[in-house]
Amino acid sequence: MNKLIEGRVFKFGDNINSDIIIPGRYLIHIEPDKLAAHAFEVLGDDYPGRLRGFEILAAGRNFGCGSAREQAATALIGLGFKAVVAASFARTFYRNAINAGLPIAECPELVEAVSEGDSVSIDLIAGEIRSGDAVYGVPRLPESVRRILEAGGLAGYLKAHYRA
Amino acid sequence: MGMTIAEKILARTSGASSVSPGQIVDAYPDLVMSHTATWRSVDVMERVGATRLHDPDRIAIVLDHIAPAKTEKHAADQQRSREFARRYGIRKFYDVDAGIAHLVLMEAGHVAPGDLIVGTDSHCTIYGSLGALGTGIGYTEVASVWLTGKLWMKVPPTTRIELSGRFRPGVYAKDLMLELIGRLGADGCTYESVEFHGPSMAEMSVSERMTMTNLAMEMGVKCALAPPDAKTEAYLAGRLDGRAYAGIASDADAVFSRTVGVDLRALEPMVACPSQVENVEPVGAVAGTRLDQVFLGSCANAKYEDLAVAARILEGKTIHSGVRFIITPGSRRIMLEAMRTGVLQTLVASGGTLTNPGCGACAGDGGVMADGEVSLSTANRNFLGRMGSRESRIYLSSPATAAASALTGVISDPREII
Repeated sequence: MNKLIEGRVFKFGDNINSDIIIPGRYLIHIEPDKLAAHAFEVLGDDYPGRLRGFEILAAGRNFGCGSAREQAATALIGLGFKAVVAASFARTFYRNAINAGLPIAECPELVEAVSEGDSVSIDLIAGEIRSGDAVYGVPRLPESVRRILEAGGLAGYLKAHYRA
Repeated sequence: MGMTIAEKILARTSGASSVSPGQIVDAYPDLVMSHTATWRSVDVMERVGATRLHDPDRIAIVLDHIAPAKTEKHAADQQRSREFARRYGIRKFYDVDAGIAHLVLMEAGHVAPGDLIVGTDSHCTIYGSLGALGTGIGYTEVASVWLTGKLWMKVPPTTRIELSGRFRPGVYAKDLMLELIGRLGADGCTYESVEFHGPSMAEMSVSERMTMTNLAMEMGVKCALAPPDAKTEAYLAGRLDGRAYAGIASDADAVFSRTVGVDLRALEPMVACPSQVENVEPVGAVAGTRLDQVFLGSCANAKYEDLAVAARILEGKTIHSGVRFIITPGSRRIMLEAMRTGVLQTLVASGGTLTNPGCGACAGDGGVMADGEVSLSTANRNFLGRMGSRESRIYLSSPATAAASALTGVISDPREII
């Protein structure tokens, strides 16, 4: 996990479920690029194309609700997102993002304040997010979670720590 | 200080004498379930370079989504899962003939009160119908539990749902849950445990408890629990895989974060409208909506009782000619029982299309919908594009409302038919 994550924001509303992020028919794939090619396509023909070029996904309440499909997180990585900030997350997505190595943070104040295209920088070690002149505090990650993100996800963590 | 059921289960499985909400523990699940996603966990294990499992007897595999295989890719993936089960001696392996993982595992006696069960499916909450803490995780984390036997878990606060009164005719557990989801919202219980209490619970069948703990996921819960009682013990009698039955209950001084009361007498048939489960209306508000397809299936509502409710409504009648009525029994055992009692005879004679047991159309396997089509489903999700075209729409209801609507070709109040 990079200490500082910087990029431009794409913004979604509340209750974006994991069927929207990646429809069930594509769960035969686990590769980020194959998943990204179909991410959010139920929202219209301009998706996922219009998500390219943004690094930070900002969303409202309950992001990633519904199915526990891990590929929802993998698809976002495939689209080039480096972090997700939401007003709140569904618990399955929260775990899957960490396990896939995708940094995430709950920060309703930031989501309220930013618009599409705004530049944001996230420092999860320090527990703060900056946008323009504003600084927002976010909860620091529990030790167990931080170690998984630093290994690039749970598979990387296992590879480094598991003795067969 | 007393503990709730979820707190007791997380304390036991993490070796602590007590735990409290917010605490993070390393818990050792009693069972880790994976379904059609199994090959993905196998892939992770191979990438990690691991060859030894923590405990093969704590692993259950059920091939339920897209089963039997629909494409060569599905076939190859299922083959990989089968070979893994064989190589590592996974005894709790169920192939494409068995049905939906959750129902199969409960029927087979692999779920008991007080168990901690994790699996690659959000609706693992259903194990709470037998007093087990079930919760969904991703496939990488399943591989991790296969190897290490444990995972980190945060102890959830517990909401107490207090049920009083009896359902009026035509109203079922599904309607109760749609009412609750509408009232509390899709994130109304995020990260929480929910316990169902109150005088109505003693009368609630195990099948209804399965529907309740399954649908609770749509409020964002971590787990949902029906405290075990005489009904639970009766269901598990002779079923429990060599284990003795032992109940579990919240302590009298356990702390609940809040209590939500529901009077079952006041409920009416409910429908979740496109394309979020929290978007609920009484059936009267959407009655008359034209339907192309009715789906009687899913882990929420394709149990024997559900099929029997639909059959009582359809007995000796013929469904509307403009509707495709797809019936997917939840498991092979359910299908056999419904064959034996004539329930399947009635459903198919009415014009229904019977498919093999499994997830079926709820997982996009058959029953896919075209642009502009409308479906009424007994499943637990009506998300955009979940059953086919993004221009199709899904409504959710109880099996009774679904059967009544299959008869008329439009969303209909079952109380006007039964």
